[in-house]
Amino acid sequence: MGNDILPVVWFALIGLAIMMYIILDGFSLGIGILFPFVKEGKYRDIMMNTAAPVWDGNQTWMILGGAGLYGAFPLAYATILPAMYLPLILMLLALIFRGIAFEFRFKSNRSRKWFDFAFSGGAIVATFAQGVVLGGIIGGFQVENRQYAGNTFDWFSIFGLFTGIALLVGYALLGAAWLVVKTEGNLQKRFYRIVRPLTLLLILAMLIISIWTPLSNDRIADRWFNFPNIIGLSIVPILVVVLTLSIIRSIAKRHEKLIFIQVVGLFLLGLIGLVISFFPVLIPPDITIWDASSHRSSQIFLLVGYSILLPIVLAYTAYSYWIFRGKVREGEGYH
Amino acid sequence: MLGFDALDLARFQFAFTVSFHIIFPAFSIGLASFLMATEALWLKTGNEIYHNIYRFWVRIFAVVFGLGVVSGVVMAYEFGTNWSGFAERAGDITGVLLTYEVLTAFFLEAGFLGIMLFGEKKVGRRLHFIATCMVAVGTLISATWILMSNSFMQTPSGYEVVGGRFEPANWLHIMFNPSFPYRLVHMVLAAFISVGFAVAGGGAYHLLRNREDPAARRMFSMAMWIIVVALPIQIIAGDAHGLNTLEHQPAKVAAMEGHWENGPSEEGMPLVLFGLPDKENERNRFEVAIPHASSVILTHTWDGQIQGLSDWPQEEWPDVALVFWSFRIMVGLGFLMLAIGLVSLFLRWKKTLYNQAWFHRIALIASPAGFIALLAGWVTTEGGRQPWVVYGLMRTDDAVSPLHASSVSASLIGFIVVYAIIFGIGTYYFLKLIKHEPTENMPAGGAGEDRQPKRPFSAADDSLEEQHKGA
Ligand code: HDD
Ligand code: HEM
Ligand code: HEM
Repeated sequence: MGNDILPVVWFALIGLAIMMYIILDGFSLGIGILFPFVKEGKYRDIMMNTAAPVWDGNQTWMILGGAGLYGAFPLAYATILPAMYLPLILMLLALIFRGIAFEFRFKSNRSRKWFDFAFSGGAIVATFAQGVVLGGIIGGFQVENRQYAGNTFDWFSIFGLFTGIALLVGYALLGAAWLVVKTEGNLQKRFYRIVRPLTLLLILAMLIISIWTPLSNDRIADRWFNFPNIIGLSIVPILVVVLTLSIIRSIAKRHEKLIFIQVVGLFLLGLIGLVISFFPVLIPPDITIWDASSHRSSQIFLLVGYSILLPIVLAYTAYSYWIFRGKVREGEGYH
Repeated sequence: MLGFDALDLARFQFAFTVSFHIIFPAFSIGLASFLMATEALWLKTGNEIYHNIYRFWVRIFAVVFGLGVVSGVVMAYEFGTNWSGFAERAGDITGVLLTYEVLTAFFLEAGFLGIMLFGEKKVGRRLHFIATCMVAVGTLISATWILMSNSFMQTPSGYEVVGGRFEPANWLHIMFNPSFPYRLVHMVLAAFISVGFAVAGGGAYHLLRNREDPAARRMFSMAMWIIVVALPIQIIAGDAHGLNTLEHQPAKVAAMEGHWENGPSEEGMPLVLFGLPDKENERNRFEVAIPHASSVILTHTWDGQIQGLSDWPQEEWPDVALVFWSFRIMVGLGFLMLAIGLVSLFLRWKKTLYNQAWFHRIALIASPAGFIALLAGWVTTEGGRQPWVVYGLMRTDDAVSPLHASSVSASLIGFIVVYAIIFGIGTYYFLKLIKHEPTENMPAGGAGEDRQPKRPFSAADDSLEEQHKGA
C-alpha cells in the first residue's frame, strides 16, 4: 500500500487548494482584521472595494479543499471535522457574517457600523478559528475504528490558541501587503508602515512554532535534526531569513507588488515546513495518506476531472483579477 | 437538549440547514434561466421592456444567489462535521461527486457572475449574454451533481460494499442511478415553477398598483406561460417518479399512500385522500379513500397490488405521518397551481389577463406556493428514505458523528440564530427590490460606474435606505 503514488498526488493537489485559499482568502480576511486600525469610513470603503469583486471566488477554494479531502481522503474528512467541531462551526458562522457584510455594507447608511462590525468581527473570528483548527490538527487526536474517538474539547490547547493568534498576524500581513498594491497616497503609507512589524511578528510566531512542535513531538524533532537531514532541511529557515530581509528591503524601495509576492513566499515556506514535519502523516499522530485514501478508482476518476478543469478554473480566476486590476480610488470604487 | 440525543439533533440540524439552503438554489436555478431568456429576447427583438425586466430581476438574483452561497458553504462541511460515519463509508463516492460539483459548477458560476451582474458597461452585449448563459448553465450543472449524490443515497447502484465501506465499481451506474433522471427532471421543473410563481407575484404586485405598466404586464404574462407549460409536465414527471420509487423504495410509497396492509388480492388498492396515520394501531383514522384508485395510478391496472407497510418490520418504517402529509401538500399544491395556470389561459383568451385584480391578488398570495411544494417534496423524499441514509444499506444511526449532544445543540442554536438574522436582512432587501417600479429607467449596472455594486448582494440598490427615507 505504502508505495502507491496516487495518494501523494492527491496530497499535493489538496495542498494546492489550501495554499490558494490561504493566499486569496487570507488577504480578504486580512482586510477585515485591519479594520479596527482604520477608522475613517471612506478608507474602509476603499479597503473593501479592493476585494469586493473577488472574495466569493476566493472562498470557493476552501470548498474545493474540503470537498477534495472528502473525495480523496474520506477518513481525514470524517475525523478532522468532528474532532474540530466547535471551532469549525464557529468559523462557518463567522464566514456567513463576513460574506453578507461584504455586500450589504454599501447599501446601508444607518446600519453601516453594524456591517463594519460584522465584517471585521467575522473575519477575526473566522481566522482565529482556522488557526485553532490548524493547531489542533498539528497536535493530533485519537481515532479508533475509523472514527474520531476523543472528546468535545480535545481541540483546545495553549498551542492551538497560539496558532490562532499567529494566523491572525499572518492574514493581517497578507491583507496589508495586498492593500499596499491596491491603494495609494496616505492610506497606502499606513499600510507600508505596518508591513514591517507584522512581518517580524509573523517570523517570531513561525520561530516559536518551529521550536514548539519538535519539542513536543520526537518524530518531528528526529526528522529535522537528524544528521544528514539537517543539512538539506536547513535551507528552509535560511530562505525564511533571506525572504524577511528582502521584504524589508522592498518596503524601503517601495516595490509594491514584490512585497506581496514575497509575503506569499513566506507562507509557502511555512506550508513546506509543515509538510516536511508530517509527510506522509495526514492525521497526527499516525494515520498516513495511504491509510486515509479513498478507493483507487475514486482518486483516478477525480484526477481526470481535476487535470482538465483546474487549468480552466485558474484561467477564469486570473481573468477576473485582470479585469479588476489597478488601484482603487476614493469614491470611485467598483460600487 | 430537551432530552434529544445527538442523532435527533443532527437530523434536525441537517433538515433545517438544507431546507434553508435549497430555497435559494431553487430560486437561482429558475431565475438564472429566466434571466437568460429575457436577455435573449431583448437582444433578439431590441425591445427595452425585456431589458427592464432583466434589470429588475437581476438585482434580486444577486441577493438570492448570495444567500445560496453562504448557506451552501455550511452544507459542504456538514457531511463531515455531523455525518462522519456516512462521510467515511460513502466518501469514495459522494465526496467525488461533490468535488466535481465544485470544479464544474461553483467556479463557473463565481467566474461569470461578476460580469453578469456588473459588467453590462464593461463588456459587449454578446459577452454579457454569454456570461448570463454560463451562470444559468452553472446552476443546472450544480443541480445535476448534487442530485446524483442524493439519488445515489436513495437508489444506490454501481458500488461494492467492502468492509462496510462503499467502493465505486462502475461510475456510470453510480452517476446515472435509477432515480437520478426522474429526480433531476422533477427538481429542475420544481425550480422553474417556483420562480414562475415568484415572478408572477412580482408582476401582480405592480399590476395591482398600475395596470398599464408594460414591464409588469410582460413579466406577468411570461410567468403565466411558464406555469402553464411546466405544471402539466411536472405532474406527469411526478407520476413517473412515483412509479420509479415504487420499484426501488416500496416502503416509502406505502408511507406516502398511507397503506398499512396488503389488500385482498382481488380488490385493488384504494387512494387515501385524507386520513390521520396512526402508527400504533397501524391504520388511518378518519380515512377518506377512493377504491382502486391507487392501483390505477401506481400500477395502471384495476386490481394491481402494492405492498403495505406490514411487509416490513416496524424499525424499517419511515415517519408515516410526515411522509403522508408532506406528499399531500406537494400534490395538492401542484393541482392548485395547475388550476391557476388554467385560469390564466382562460383570461388570456378573454383578453383580460391584465385587468382582473382578483386574479392578480391570487397570484400575489400564491407566489410562495412553488417553494412550499418544493420543500414538501424534499421532506417526502428524505423523510421517506428513513431510517436509511443509504437506502437499504446503511442506517442513519450509523451515519452520525460521534459527537456529544451538547456540541450539536450549541451549533444548532448558532445556526438558527444566524439564519434568522440573515434571512431577515435578505427578506428586507428582497421586498425593497420588489417594490421598485419595473419600468422606470434604471441605471445600467456597470463596473467602474459610480456606486454600482459588484458582487452578490451588491447589485441590490445602494441607496435603498435613502430612497426609503425620501419616500
Ligand atoms: C438542486 C440544486 C441544489 C441542491 C439540492 C443543493 N445545492 Fe448547493 N447550490 C446550488 C444547487 C444545489 C446552486 C444553485 O448551484 C448554488 C446556489 C448559489 C450558488 O452559488 O450555487 C449552490 C450553492 C452551494 C455552495 C456555495 C458555492 C459557492 O460558493 O459558489 C455550496 C458549498 C453548496 N451549494 C453545497 C451543497 C451541498 C453540500 C448540498 C447538499 C446537501 C447542496 N448544496 C444542495
Ligand atoms: C435540498 C433539499 C433537501 C431537503 C429539504 C432535505 C430534507 C431533509 C430532511 C427533512 C431530512 C431529515 C429526515 C428525517 O430525519 O426524517 C434530511 C436528512 C438528510 N438528507 Fe436531505 N434534504 C435535501 C437534500 C439532500 C441532499 C441533496 C442530500 C445529499 C446529497 C441530502 C442528504 C441527507 C442526509 C445525509 C441526511 C441526514 C441523515 C438522514 O436523516 O437521512 N439531502 N434531509
Ligand atoms: C402534482 C403532482 C405531483 C406528483 C404526482 C409528484 C410526485 C412526487 C413523488 C412521488 C416524489 C417522491 C419521489 C421519491 O422520493 O422517490 C416527489 C418528490 C418531489 N417533488 Fe413532486 N410531485 C408532484 C408535484 C410537485 C410540484 C408541483 C413540485 C414543486 C413545485 C414538486 C416538487 C418535488 C420535489 C422538490 C421533490 C423532491 C425531489 C425529488 O425526489 O425529485 N412536486 N414528487
